[in-house]
Amino acid sequence: MMLGLPSESQPSAAFLFCTMPSNDSSPASALAELRNVTFGYGERVILRDVSLKIPRGKVTALMGASGGGKTTVLRLIGGQYRAQQGEVLFDRQDVGRMDAAGLYAARRRMGMLFQFGALFTDLNVFENVAFPLREHTDLADALVRDIVLMKLHAVGLRGARDLMPSQISGGMARRVALARAIALDPELVMYDEPFAGLDPISLGTAAQLIRQLNDAMGLTTILVSHDLEATFALADHVIILGAGVVAAQGTPEEVRASTDPLVHQFVNALPTGPVPFHYPGPTVASDFGPLDGRSA
Amino acid sequence: MSWWRPSDVGLAVRSQLVDVGQAARLFWRLLRLFPAAVQRPGLVRDQVHFLGNYSLAIIAVSGLFVGFVMALQGYYTLQDFGSTEALGQLVALSLLRELGPVITALLFAGRAGTSLTAEIGLMRAGEQLSAMEMMAVDPVRRILVPRFWAGVIAMPVLALVFNAVGVVGGWVVAVPMIGLDGGAFWSQMQGGVDVFSDLGNSVIKSLVFGVTVTFVALLQGYTAKPTPEGVSRATTRTVVMASLAVLALDFVLTAMMFSI
Repeated sequence: MMLGLPSESQPSAAFLFCTMPSNDSSPASALAELRNVTFGYGERVILRDVSLKIPRGKVTALMGASGGGKTTVLRLIGGQYRAQQGEVLFDRQDVGRMDAAGLYAARRRMGMLFQFGALFTDLNVFENVAFPLREHTDLADALVRDIVLMKLHAVGLRGARDLMPSQISGGMARRVALARAIALDPELVMYDEPFAGLDPISLGTAAQLIRQLNDAMGLTTILVSHDLEATFALADHVIILGAGVVAAQGTPEEVRASTDPLVHQFVNALPTGPVPFHYPGPTVASDFGPLDGRSA
Repeated sequence: MSWWRPSDVGLAVRSQLVDVGQAARLFWRLLRLFPAAVQRPGLVRDQVHFLGNYSLAIIAVSGLFVGFVMALQGYYTLQDFGSTEALGQLVALSLLRELGPVITALLFAGRAGTSLTAEIGLMRAGEQLSAMEMMAVDPVRRILVPRFWAGVIAMPVLALVFNAVGVVGGWVVAVPMIGLDGGAFWSQMQGGVDVFSDLGNSVIKSLVFGVTVTFVALLQGYTAKPTPEGVSRATTRTVVMASLAVLALDFVLTAMMFSI
């Protein structure tokens, strides 16, 4: 990998990071895995006996209709939710069986980007990125400053260090959150809809950043997104969730070629198909009466 | 009108018990994590400033007016018995034993308690607490514990300020305005107020109220639904529950402290 000086005009992560060593770095192995996982909220089942693997070192996209359980998968891997049945493994350890100390140790190896950034509104951009460093390390202030500015440079926001979250745009907030998520050099970064609401320029920048950070830092990336074009262009591996199960998975090309009706509807953005437009409810006739005798 | 079925009653009781259990567990964690507050005094100091300093104006002004009213009402009543020289003692004991801790706690619930609940609730609604958890930082230790102990520290200090300003307010009405003898005012107060049973119990009361109000505010914020309506309801509940708890506890504490 060429490690050159960063350009001021485009985001560049490669010069900042070296690949993190890991216990099992073979590309084929899974860093995270769900095995026969069932999860729901009350009576509503979100995931039904789902098994999937997140390959190490790859960008894996989790896609599917809204309410299909994509964010739930992220929260299960992060240990914020516990599976009702089955196992959620992170680096071959069951997240559901970890005690608080074990869970926090695992989370120090993860970074998560929330949909709207979830920046601390009482801290400026610099302090937001410095937060995990100050909480988990005893680094000197000068070193914290250098690390924070490096991370902010990687996302193109070194100059915005003194701004408050209320003074930056949604796209910038997500980039700050990304800098914060990678502050401790995690092995796994999870993105929850990083492209939602972004203009084309910000979207392209975000997609490029995700790819660069994954490759430069030797990360494993899970990306939840609804943006088909950007995600298919970016991802190495795509998993489509639908009706609580894995409808399809494989390379973007394999998923595009799937004959599964749900996957076909999703990748072609069709209004009709297995995912109905109307929420289940009484029939039209029962609400409005028979239409036969009505005048036009 | 339909009567509740036994299963509904059972579900409601179980739900309440779950809430009480969660509250008890959170309270125990806040107490148990006291060393965490000691390890990072800067976080507690910032919150003492936020809760205490920003409540100081409303506490001081309220104390002044309560002192004014106490002196006026006391004067009118004592005048009938020809014992207006005891006005200083009346004002001081009323403030120290009851009005100081109770009114300070009620004002603290309205000013600082609501602020705490809204802050924590909005942090939850904005996924800041989830983000913190995902950064392997315990929100209870990092956010709730400094605020809890800051409230416990700030409340007695504010109550003492309220009492002091109230006494000065009473003096202003009694001596310069009404024309009572200043020496009698202060000497009666000095003779009638006991440091341990009056001032000491006043501090104990305000400590208990500080624990109560701050805990209620933090609990409501931490368990608020992450929606604008949820945060709004939680803020309202903080004022209602904290105020009722303070008044009920005041009765219990008064019965224990000043019983013959």
